[in-house]
Amino acid sequence: MLILHCPNCGQNVDETDLHSGGEAHLKRFGPGSSDQEFEDYLFMRENPKGVHFERWHHSFGCGKWFLAARCTNTLEVFGTYSAQTLEPPKEIIDRIIARRPDWVKGAKT
Amino acid sequence: MFNAVSALDHRTFAGDVTIREDGLRGMISLRGDMSLAKLKSVCTSLTGVAFPAQGQANSDGAQGLAWMSPDEVLVMVAHDAVDDALAKIAKALKGQHHLAVNVSDARAVLIVEGPYVRDVIAKLAPVDLHPDAFGPGSFRRSRLGQVAAAFWMRDDQSVAVICFRSVADYAFDLLKAAAQGGPVGHFPDS
Amino acid sequence: MSTRLARTGRFINKSKPVAFSFNGRNLKGVAGDTLASALLANDQMLVGRSFKYHRPRGVIASGAEEPNGLVNLGKGESFEPNARVTTTELFEGLTATSQNHFPSLEFDVGAINTHLSRFLPAGFYYKMFMFPAPFWKHVYEPFIRKSAGLGKAPKQRDENTYEHFNIEADVLVIGGGIAGLAAALAAGQSGARTVVMEQTAHWGGRAPVDGAVIDGKPAEDWIAETLAALSEMPNVTLRTRCMGAGVYDHGFVLGYERVSDHAPQPGGLKHRLWRVRAKQVVTATGAIERPLSFATNDLPGVVLASAVRDYVVNFGVSLGDRTVVVTNNDDAYRTAITLKEAGLEVPAIIDARTEANGELPQKARALGIRVETGKGIASVKGGKRVTGVAICAQAGEGAVLEEISCDCVAMSGGWSPIVHLWSHCGGKLNWDADQAMFRPDLDRAPTGADGLPFVTAAGVANGHLFTAEGIADGFAAGRAAAKVTGHSQKAGQAPMGEDAAEDPLEPVWLMPQGASYKLRSKAWLDFQNDVKVSDVQLAAQEGFESVEHAKRYTTLGMATDQGKISNINGLAILADQLGAEIPAVGTTTFRPPYTPISMASIAGPAQRDLFQPVRKTPMSGWHTANGAFYEPVGQWRRPYAYLRGSETVHEAVNREVVNARTNTGLLDASTLGKLIVSGPDAGKFLDMMYTNMMSTLPVGKCRYGLMCTENGFLSDDGVVARIDDNTWLCHTTTGGAERIHAWMEDWLQCEWWDWQVYVANVTEQLAQVAVVGPNARKLLESLGGMDLSKEALPFMQWADGTLGSFDARVYRISFSGELSYEIAVPASQGRAFWDKLLEAGEAFGIMPYGTEALHIMRAEKGLIMIGDETDGTIIPQDLNLQWALSKKKEDYLGKRAHLRSHMADPNRWKLVGLETLDGSVLPDGAYAIADGVNANGQGNTQGRVTSTYFSPTLKKGIAMGLVHKGPDRMGEVISFTNIGGEPIKARIVDPVFYDKDGEKQNV
Repeated sequence: MLILHCPNCGQNVDETDLHSGGEAHLKRFGPGSSDQEFEDYLFMRENPKGVHFERWHHSFGCGKWFLAARCTNTLEVFGTYSAQTLEPPKEIIDRIIARRPDWVKGAKT
Repeated sequence: MFNAVSALDHRTFAGDVTIREDGLRGMISLRGDMSLAKLKSVCTSLTGVAFPAQGQANSDGAQGLAWMSPDEVLVMVAHDAVDDALAKIAKALKGQHHLAVNVSDARAVLIVEGPYVRDVIAKLAPVDLHPDAFGPGSFRRSRLGQVAAAFWMRDDQSVAVICFRSVADYAFDLLKAAAQGGPVGHFPDS
Repeated sequence: MSTRLARTGRFINKSKPVAFSFNGRNLKGVAGDTLASALLANDQMLVGRSFKYHRPRGVIASGAEEPNGLVNLGKGESFEPNARVTTTELFEGLTATSQNHFPSLEFDVGAINTHLSRFLPAGFYYKMFMFPAPFWKHVYEPFIRKSAGLGKAPKQRDENTYEHFNIEADVLVIGGGIAGLAAALAAGQSGARTVVMEQTAHWGGRAPVDGAVIDGKPAEDWIAETLAALSEMPNVTLRTRCMGAGVYDHGFVLGYERVSDHAPQPGGLKHRLWRVRAKQVVTATGAIERPLSFATNDLPGVVLASAVRDYVVNFGVSLGDRTVVVTNNDDAYRTAITLKEAGLEVPAIIDARTEANGELPQKARALGIRVETGKGIASVKGGKRVTGVAICAQAGEGAVLEEISCDCVAMSGGWSPIVHLWSHCGGKLNWDADQAMFRPDLDRAPTGADGLPFVTAAGVANGHLFTAEGIADGFAAGRAAAKVTGHSQKAGQAPMGEDAAEDPLEPVWLMPQGASYKLRSKAWLDFQNDVKVSDVQLAAQEGFESVEHAKRYTTLGMATDQGKISNINGLAILADQLGAEIPAVGTTTFRPPYTPISMASIAGPAQRDLFQPVRKTPMSGWHTANGAFYEPVGQWRRPYAYLRGSETVHEAVNREVVNARTNTGLLDASTLGKLIVSGPDAGKFLDMMYTNMMSTLPVGKCRYGLMCTENGFLSDDGVVARIDDNTWLCHTTTGGAERIHAWMEDWLQCEWWDWQVYVANVTEQLAQVAVVGPNARKLLESLGGMDLSKEALPFMQWADGTLGSFDARVYRISFSGELSYEIAVPASQGRAFWDKLLEAGEAFGIMPYGTEALHIMRAEKGLIMIGDETDGTIIPQDLNLQWALSKKKEDYLGKRAHLRSHMADPNRWKLVGLETLDGSVLPDGAYAIADGVNANGQGNTQGRVTSTYFSPTLKKGIAMGLVHKGPDRMGEVISFTNIGGEPIKARIVDPVFYDKDGEKQNV
């Protein structure tokens, strides 16, 4: 049972009140994009054993989306943060580096 | 108006913990910038209660305000006062991006009261009902069994539950089953 | 024989007899008994038959680890299979029957299997039942199913109720022995919210039985004082009969409380599942004694030494008059001493060690008990119960030195800490060679959301087998756990324990160590699944070297007891066979729950009428009272048709269609999704959400719209109404309301968060009724209040007003092809409005219709239905809906996808109408047959049926389907598959079967 802090309503929420939305920080490609860009956007996802950024919807609660940085292996949560952001905030990155010194931001796994 | 009925038309279960459907209640979902002074003041003037902080509901009888999300407050007034309240909100927030919608009939209000009311809710919702964590005024949106619900403590032995109208039957029967299961004896007296 | 002793046990009250029955025999126990102790008090040593060989089996343990004593409990609505006799508290009227035998427990024909055991080795089923393949279904599986399966499945619905309970705790202590109580005391004194779960009905664990002394007092007194102190603390909850069942990620723990198993109430609450979010968990779960592996160690009367002691001290029951104790450690001497002090005979203590000179052995000798060191048991004598033991040298191969007659054997192979809950969420173990056991490695604890440890093992479960170190460990663990959660008020003094000094045990995995095959093939490891030393050795020989493979090949540890007493012995045998060290072989995975929990407790309240929520519209009461035959649509129940008199569903549907097309029909459309989209950027937003243009829709008008996913596939459709400059109302399908609402919020929150748009789901705020048919306008105008003429409210427009006395919004839209209005009123007025329409409609031949009539009428008009014509792989172009794809818009969800090569492929199957040549109804989902076969030898296809009905209007079958280049093949006849019959021929036609020019709806 994951228990995540919803930064929107301040509650610590059971996984059963949440809906997972997959990988975070995807860039949308629409008309005018190449086939490769569009395929990457639609289908290609990270599947790391380790640090992962993902989208969560507090569907049984405040109805808001938030993002989480989490270790898929140990389920350690490095932090949750606003969905209205294009990349993880510095304090989240700092926390990850403190906990996972070998982690490299943006490295493909 | 005539013959308007609430979802369960005041159905009641009498036990050590009682459950009653509270009848029609005016409810307005107000989306907007919650930091706006005129938004707060129109809410307060419509309901007579203070604007709620995150995770709180302030209520006085059937009137009240509940913090729904960072950009939504639930405004509760008498059922027949909704149109008037909507007009006042529109006037107060004129020119300001917002949405005020009558949701009174989309929902049902169930009042759960009795000595082990915390137990009854804790049997159904994945929420910490300990008095240290959830006291009078605390408000939470979560689930009740398998349906979405919001609830808040009116006082230490009374919880108001709001669910969707279509599942009012289910929610009522679920609360009844939880009440009939009896007290658990975990939470300290508060 | 086993019997009740004169001396009263700790748990029982002899003055309160309790009547019960076993296999139809009426027996008497006393209050405080378990079913096991009551059976033993009645000399009922034989309690069941083993799973594979149907060997006679007796109780071997006194607690949750018991592998043999499984019974059917109760009957009818309270029937429960596989109840463990050692954890079943006796109550008045309890009825139990034994399992796994035919025709009777005493005489079981299946016992022939024991003589065939050479032919039923490990992996027997895998080897035997492989070929020929068809035999699986008709011969092997029925045979295996019949002979397998422990208790019987209940036949009747369970009469009891079950519930969940959600709490948070700072410190959750699992186990109410002295270490757990000490942990609770420390955590409670520190100010932490503390919960203690004890699976049995009694606090204190084994300490009182073992004669522990704490703070200078007998353990019993310390336990009572500690409980009194804990009860006074408002921050501490104590729970007996509540098992810590599983420890899960992020500190989530399930507690299984058996609320009334000990005193059943018909229809009452039976089990409660505690769903705990704990910041810290202390597992003070104790240890389990291991059996010794010697020949015929499975005979009734061969019992764990600690259990023999428990039955005497706790229940006042002796398992035999003459008990031989066999051990590799000092602890088992306590059993001999206890028995002797109770006035029972202990002919000998057989100690596998070469020396035994500790405090306890010396005390035993002083009591006059014969101690034989360096010896072992070659075999146990007897048939259905023990009559004696043959003694041999432990170092030898089993040559019998002496036979000693006895009626009970108390065995002890040492202790294994219960590391299950520690291990559930990833806690690692170390092998402690000195004590021959796996114990928690506190440096490799399960970690929580913060990446830090959240489970601590304490006391015996942490490998501290003795009172002094165990209780100190428990107290320290409780204090440390509380501190982690921010509670460090001054706690009292740690309790001090005292022990007899014990010499180390000597690991004994096989007795005697050089036992012959004959002896090894009778030396049981797993009593419930009938796995013997020889089976594990065979598995290793055959290459199943991984402990997980050996487990599955032999079924060691796979029974309902999950190998609690057998796993360590089994893997030691495996390690020996492989020539490896025990820690190198490792353990199998410990998975929750610790012991089986009831399925009903997992379901909790979700049973009977509360199994799942059923959504109801304001008019549902009328539907139910008026013959509604329901169909599920998501969680809604919608009337499929309303049955009148004796008519069939089909007849009712036809009647409803004909009436709507000739008079007036009434449909409860309240379940349709209704979303308000509002704000300065709402038009721009809807232009992204819909494939067609919504921003240009004039106020007062309606437009049918399509929504696609980013993949380009059709996701939903519905009529959109422009309410004012800033506001649109979007109708979705019944199943789409929540999904499309969430979809819109997702884009608004996560992609275009700078756009000023709010969305509100008002689906349930409004009751909506479709009034359909030639008389629809006349009927509504008879209510008064609104001008609904063709001029005032043309097709695809809406108007607000008061209809009769109802607050109404009237949409002039049609999904049936008839003159049609949909009227939305507040849900609180919905039922009254429905009733009013029925009353006013009487003059106009009004009849409600259900979803099937709705479907037929839309199909007659060639209108698509999301979920029928679409299945998540269909694009608008497939359905000839190109007209709804805006060419003016630069972008909308799905636009880019429609440019992909496969989407633009001219060879896609496309929507057409289908008419059978003989007027019959095509089977739903039937495939259009094409020439040839594909690479797999399957017939090629060129299309499929998506909707098919009997049209009461046209009096023949009509269908829609997707056919390869279908619109270019009008008039062509193709064949469709027909399971069990000849293919059916159908002609490709225009999908609009009725009123092609739309004259009916446009009046």
